[in-house]
Amino acid sequence: MIDETVDKSKRQFLTTALTVVGAVGTGYLAVPFLSQMQPSVKAMAAGAPVEVDISKIEEGQLIRVAWRGKPVWILQRSPETLETLKTLDGQLRDPQSNESDQPESSKNPVRSMKPEIFVAVGLCTHLGCSPTFRPEVAPHDLGADWKGGFFCPCHGSWFDLAGRVYKGVPAPTNLEVPPYRYVTDTQIIIGEAAEEKAA
Amino acid sequence: MNLKPTRLRMCGNWVLDRFPLAQVWNEHMAHYYAPKNFNFWYFFGSLALLVLVNQFVTGILLTMNYKPDAKFAFDSVEYIMRDVNWGWLVRYMHSTGASAFFIVIYLHMFRGLLYGSFKQPRELIWIFGMLLFVALMAEAFMGYLLPWGQMSYWGAQVIISLFSAIPVVGDDLALWIRGDYVISDATLNRFFAFHVIAVPLVLVLLVFMHIVALHEVGSNNPDGVNIKKSKDPWGHPTDGIPFHPYYTVKDVVGVAVFMIFFATVIFYMPEMGGYFLEHANFIPADPMKTPEHIAPVWYFTPFYSILRAIPDKFAGVIGMGGSIVVLFLLPWLDRGKVKSIRYRGGIYKKALMLFVVSFIALGYLGTQPVTPLATTMARIFTAYYFGFFLLMPIYTRWEKLKPVPSHITMQPTLEERIPEIKAVFDEVTLVTEGENTKRGFNQTGAKNVLIRTAKNLKESLD
Repeated sequence: MIDETVDKSKRQFLTTALTVVGAVGTGYLAVPFLSQMQPSVKAMAAGAPVEVDISKIEEGQLIRVAWRGKPVWILQRSPETLETLKTLDGQLRDPQSNESDQPESSKNPVRSMKPEIFVAVGLCTHLGCSPTFRPEVAPHDLGADWKGGFFCPCHGSWFDLAGRVYKGVPAPTNLEVPPYRYVTDTQIIIGEAAEEKAA
Repeated sequence: MNLKPTRLRMCGNWVLDRFPLAQVWNEHMAHYYAPKNFNFWYFFGSLALLVLVNQFVTGILLTMNYKPDAKFAFDSVEYIMRDVNWGWLVRYMHSTGASAFFIVIYLHMFRGLLYGSFKQPRELIWIFGMLLFVALMAEAFMGYLLPWGQMSYWGAQVIISLFSAIPVVGDDLALWIRGDYVISDATLNRFFAFHVIAVPLVLVLLVFMHIVALHEVGSNNPDGVNIKKSKDPWGHPTDGIPFHPYYTVKDVVGVAVFMIFFATVIFYMPEMGGYFLEHANFIPADPMKTPEHIAPVWYFTPFYSILRAIPDKFAGVIGMGGSIVVLFLLPWLDRGKVKSIRYRGGIYKKALMLFVVSFIALGYLGTQPVTPLATTMARIFTAYYFGFFLLMPIYTRWEKLKPVPSHITMQPTLEERIPEIKAVFDEVTLVTEGENTKRGFNQTGAKNVLIRTAKNLKESLD
């Protein structure tokens, strides 16, 4: 005999309780599964600072070093270049680097600790291609407005020789400047922040 | 006479008593009635299945020699190409298969646009199909990282960076996908896992659901007529024929023609001039230097063009994502009451034609370097791409529809059209001089033919 008066509310309670317990359990299991895909401890430890000798860089020359697997550029800028940089503010999206990523010591119009030595991560802030170094003025393919800078071949972003982004291009912010400090006048360490100016 | 069942038949019955094999076969093949007027465009569904099988078989073979390690990946692909017996063939079948997959799928989707196959009651088939398309893009993208060439590396760098454009969580999400601060061994390893097991499982599941949904409501056809409305005394649609043997045999012809093209590419132009396998990908990945000109493989270029056309990082990513999302919404954007383009108004025909032009143009522009002119063109075509979909609810209401027949119509076959073609040929090549008629170029005839063709073309677009 089946009893017609089944207590449905108890069934409902058990079903709900089981669903909640199952969902919580799934949630707990999701944490290790998803966290597994985060960078491992080894990957996080691999970002050691890099020491670079800059004594042999000539004026207008750019060298590339690898830091945390990323290309880092070190460029020796000429006085003319620094003059040109001053005239570009009107065409730039963030000339004072207010929304860009750089250590405090490089938050100035030329975006470096010493004006002539420019250090930056050579990856476009748009989608991470490495822009090409195009120091020449008004080359055929980039047009008369080009004052020398970095051009991203992937999506056409323009940066000046201080890594500042132009208006009207896809990249949102200036090129990232990594933390770096001078050991001596000709030796820098990338990946270690400069000491704050002594009070 | 009492026939004693053979041992084989007894084995067969043993299985059939325990598994509904005959039922499945009948439901989906022998007793599945498909409209009798399928044309050229209806080959691509079965061809997609063929390419999927090709990718599975060649993919499994490649896995036996490939090494998903940043140190060894590039060399192991070269090892497959040079030292593994027939490795080059299997690898080219797999890489060409990827491009063939997209060619087949794009044509399959275009068929849907032509004959309104996404419309009520087939919306869910279209949604499953779109999910398949997205899964296929993920599969192709992750597969492209595996050879660890320059294009693999920088392509992945760009695409994963797309996620970092999402506000607030973007950077953490990109980091989580890469498993490192840059594309690295960790990324390669997980993409291998996704490419060979996770996404293929999803693909198989979606193909199953796509077909089950199709067989529930029945196939559409070039006339967009519902064949279930008229049935013979046995309950079969009068305008339908069993899928097996009629369409299985017809599809074999499609497969044979497809294989001719497929084999030609594999044996004579496996890189397809840098479109199927890009030149820069024969250089090992170098995290220090982006190739001078980077472009995705051809099947992503229309969407990539849309990304590049928008001069803002987040808006660009939204635009690119939106160009896919909008396809999902198609069944609800199109308000035209008629399915097949044969009976739709001229406005949809013209809009669809321009859409094809802009899709191909965007695809072409995506393979080219950025110039101001190219950017402007890409913006115009991007606007048209979205206009085609987003203005659809408006312009499809204005359509002047033609009467839809109650039954399937049969188009004249090529054989039946021979006299007509011959007449046109004669009109152009017969010259009458007084009493004599001889072969030669007939200028007035050619002019008449051209005018007639133009008139017919205009009429067919109204």
